[in-house]
Amino acid sequence: MLSNVRYMELLIFLILFPLLIAGLITLIHGENFRRGAVICGAVLVGIASLFALMGSVTSHPIFYSVPVGIIGILIFIGDIAISGYIIFVSTKARQYLVTAITIIQLILLCAVEYLALSDHATIPELFLDQLSGIMAAIIGIIGGLICVYALGYMREYHTEHPERPDKRPQFFGIMFLFLSAMFGVVFSNNLLWLFFFWEITTLCSYLLIRYPETDEAIKNAFRALLFNLVGGACIPIAFIVIFLSHGSDLIGLHELVVAGPGIALIPAGLIGIAGLAKSAQFPFSSWLVGAMVAPTPVSALLHSSTMVKAGVYIIARFAPVFEGQLIGILIALIGGVTFLAASAIAISQSNAKKVLAYSTIANLGLIVACCGVGTAEALWAAILLIIFHAIAKSLLFLSVGTVEHQIHSRDIEDMTGLVTKMPRITMIILIGIAGMFLAPFGMLISKWASLHAFVESVPPFGILLVIIIAYGSGITAFFWAKWMGKLIAVGEPQQKDESHIPKSEKNILYILSALTIGVCFGFPIISWYLIEPWLQNIYQSVTELISLSNIEIMFMMLFLVLIMPFSLARFSRSASRVPRYLCGIPESRSTEFIGSCGITREIELSNYYLDKIFGEERLSRISVGIGIFLIVLILNIIIVGGGL
Amino acid sequence: MSYLQKSPWIIHYDASSCNGCDIEVLACLTPLYDVERFGILNTGNPKHADIFVITGGVNEINKEVVKNIYDQMPHPKVVVAVGICACSGGVFKECYNISGGVATVIPVDIYVPGCAARPESIIDGIVQALSILEQKRNSMKTGVEGTA
Amino acid sequence: MNPFLAAAVFIILAPVVGILITGLDRILTARMQGRVGPPVLQPWYDIRKLIQKKQVAVWGAQSFFIFCYLIFIIFTGALFFAGGDILLVIFAFTLAHVFLVLGAYVSFSPYAHIGAERELIQLMAVEPMIIIAAIGLYQVNDSFLIGEMADHPGMPILLLPGVFLGFIYILTFKLRKSPFDLATSHHAHQELVKGSTTEFSGRTLAMVELAHIYELVVMLGFIWLFFGANLILCALAIVVIMFLEILVDNCTSRVRWQDAMISAWFVTLVAGAGNIFALSIM
Repeated sequence: MLSNVRYMELLIFLILFPLLIAGLITLIHGENFRRGAVICGAVLVGIASLFALMGSVTSHPIFYSVPVGIIGILIFIGDIAISGYIIFVSTKARQYLVTAITIIQLILLCAVEYLALSDHATIPELFLDQLSGIMAAIIGIIGGLICVYALGYMREYHTEHPERPDKRPQFFGIMFLFLSAMFGVVFSNNLLWLFFFWEITTLCSYLLIRYPETDEAIKNAFRALLFNLVGGACIPIAFIVIFLSHGSDLIGLHELVVAGPGIALIPAGLIGIAGLAKSAQFPFSSWLVGAMVAPTPVSALLHSSTMVKAGVYIIARFAPVFEGQLIGILIALIGGVTFLAASAIAISQSNAKKVLAYSTIANLGLIVACCGVGTAEALWAAILLIIFHAIAKSLLFLSVGTVEHQIHSRDIEDMTGLVTKMPRITMIILIGIAGMFLAPFGMLISKWASLHAFVESVPPFGILLVIIIAYGSGITAFFWAKWMGKLIAVGEPQQKDESHIPKSEKNILYILSALTIGVCFGFPIISWYLIEPWLQNIYQSVTELISLSNIEIMFMMLFLVLIMPFSLARFSRSASRVPRYLCGIPESRSTEFIGSCGITREIELSNYYLDKIFGEERLSRISVGIGIFLIVLILNIIIVGGGL
Repeated sequence: MSYLQKSPWIIHYDASSCNGCDIEVLACLTPLYDVERFGILNTGNPKHADIFVITGGVNEINKEVVKNIYDQMPHPKVVVAVGICACSGGVFKECYNISGGVATVIPVDIYVPGCAARPESIIDGIVQALSILEQKRNSMKTGVEGTA
Repeated sequence: MNPFLAAAVFIILAPVVGILITGLDRILTARMQGRVGPPVLQPWYDIRKLIQKKQVAVWGAQSFFIFCYLIFIIFTGALFFAGGDILLVIFAFTLAHVFLVLGAYVSFSPYAHIGAERELIQLMAVEPMIIIAAIGLYQVNDSFLIGEMADHPGMPILLLPGVFLGFIYILTFKLRKSPFDLATSHHAHQELVKGSTTEFSGRTLAMVELAHIYELVVMLGFIWLFFGANLILCALAIVVIMFLEILVDNCTSRVRWQDAMISAWFVTLVAGAGNIFALSIM
């Protein structure tokens, strides 16, 4: 084990090293150098984040004060620089709303800085505890894998779209900058630091979404910027509240949470709204769907392991403050409504990336609901959800990206019978989908835990959330299962053709699928060594969260599911093949038949999308309305609470 | 008696019959005759069926359909031709578009004559088909026949 | 009872019980239609016959998925009667059905495809009510363990009338009875041929039938939980419910999937969710 000081050097390394890589990649062009730098960077970051994870397996959080005083000033200058850049690009693109909000944010920030100057506190800037460790591992390992995957993907991307400007050096630079900022977010104890890193992620996401430079991409990038800035503007307000009412001693994350709901609730509520925007909850969710125009690795990075996870991370941090409070309940309700509505909208989508986008929003909703409830059990479920979702969703995004390059379509309907054309990739997608909703796999464990958690908490709102999950899980099963069905429905077997897929892409997908299954086996270990001690620190007493006998049953199911495919060969041999029944005269090809008037017809099968019931526009409108209502309610409580 | 005989499922197809025999086939399912007493079910799906009950003289268009249904039935299976048209083509035998009986298209095991065939004789035919079904199963087991 | 023993008893006895109930169901149906009907053991004969048939399939993978379906239905039931966690039972149940749906999808047959989609719609329609039933039972028993629910000395149904009603409503889906036999039906002559089971034959179809029989017993097990330790009342209730299901099966025609799903969700919301919400306030 490393000593505490070493760990702090590790944290600094994790924040600064990706920055260094980012700088190198941006400055030194050349494909071979870039590949080397990205792979080296990803490997080192991955290893370092694993060390951070192991380091967090101690009983108490480790705090660390950065000895250099000037960094505070540098961070303020950094904030101003970010705002300045946003003001510059937004006025240039005539997005005056964005400009206005940035200016408001800047003024608020100056006020904060003014208050901070007069009241200079000494709180540790960085810290490492189990949650930071878990988040760091997710960012480091999955983020790193996505960056390596992007190497092969972006090369193909530019051969496929020669009309789009090739800015790969900047692209990879921003990806690593993003990782650096994310490490900053999860390691910062000083909220001013956290806000700085937070704003960098907002800026990076804007730049990445904008990458294709099409009109749509630019429009969606500004939408993402706008929503995240609106959320982000709540954070400086929270700082002002903290400074004015309690002084700078509480500007640390740990200090604020420990201070308890009486003091921390209002700032927590404000920061929570920023978290809601970042994690794309209704009414903010449309930025995440719009972000799908970006190249697939960007979607994977933003929506599985980073960006949106920063949002739920900050809400999870304040979960103990929200426990049993009205603001917490409202946040949980926003999460619940988002879970239900986004899942329902996913039914009506045939674009694979949009299905993934909506299911991401839905899963984040579930996490937010757990955090809003804020009991130890709920938080346990939330953290497991964060882990499982990060792995399985990045796997799905990346595999859909790979398929897209092979079949030149993102449409699920075009993936019919993919199992014969790309058996391995299909297997990987099936593992990913199973990981999202089927029983012994990750997400289901968490859904189960969250049901256990909600049923007892904050009556009667807990039951409301239970009812939402009950409906949501049926809906979730529907849209995932029909996608699975499409993949394995084989009309005429196609030529097997997986050789064009770059090796790097394939290897990353293998690693991620192994992780998806591995985490299912390993989750009790993660729970015992990381999550439970962390909860123990926060809540002092933690009851048994998942009984041993249930874990045994889970494993039994997992084994059953995993050994089943071995029997596949036996079944393939035993039956004699007969063409499908078409109620007509068959043709030589088994997918054709002679219909009325002697016309040869091809079978066309399409999934149900239930548009009339689950139409995107209608449901979004309703749920955005509910979302705005709940947010306004939170703000009202904050204002009234602040006044009292 | 094997289980095959206790649970014969039929598929009924109208190969250009005048509908007279079809009505009689369906009459077998009604309370008066109630063939479900013998475990007989009308499945409407060749892949579930054991007995192919076919009416009509088979015209040029549905010849392929008849073959297709027969091919899709899993072994062991029997064919019961119901009505005189199905047996031999009946009065339509010489018609330009009639192939003249089911046997010209697929092998028939039991002929149930009549115009229209009476429900009693249809049931009798099906019951006789059961013993043929049993024979076919035995020969399938010994591997003489039944490789589809 | 020892959980392993209970699971073993389920695996051996459930087909016997299930076949008897299904056989009686068929006789009762026949009597309602003025017929005599088949022997009680007819479902058993059917299964045995299907096993004797030669197997045909569009793709071999069909039988694989159906095998998984059967295994997980048995697993679900064994877990249920071993007194496991009720939510885990429900999730295993869903997993099993997803395998059935995948088995129907594989063949790329139009009829099986529509059957599969409708099977999923049924799944989506019933899932909320089943979870809500589990939560309601938890509220009454203060435990998610079926073993403890079964020992409840009182009558959970008295506190859960709405949940019970809602459960009976969706039971019609689960037993594949009219008016909610959307995906596949025991009755002949429908526009979907045999819906989701169209492309199955021989041993595969036998596995589907056997899985349905296990499923029936599990669903009746759920009814048992509403009566706790009052076994006589429970048996009486099962008789009444099965009679009503058969009656409804015989005197209604199938509804459109929209009506089926939305009505199921509505009943779930009003009766089921309303009930557990009221309980949580109390």
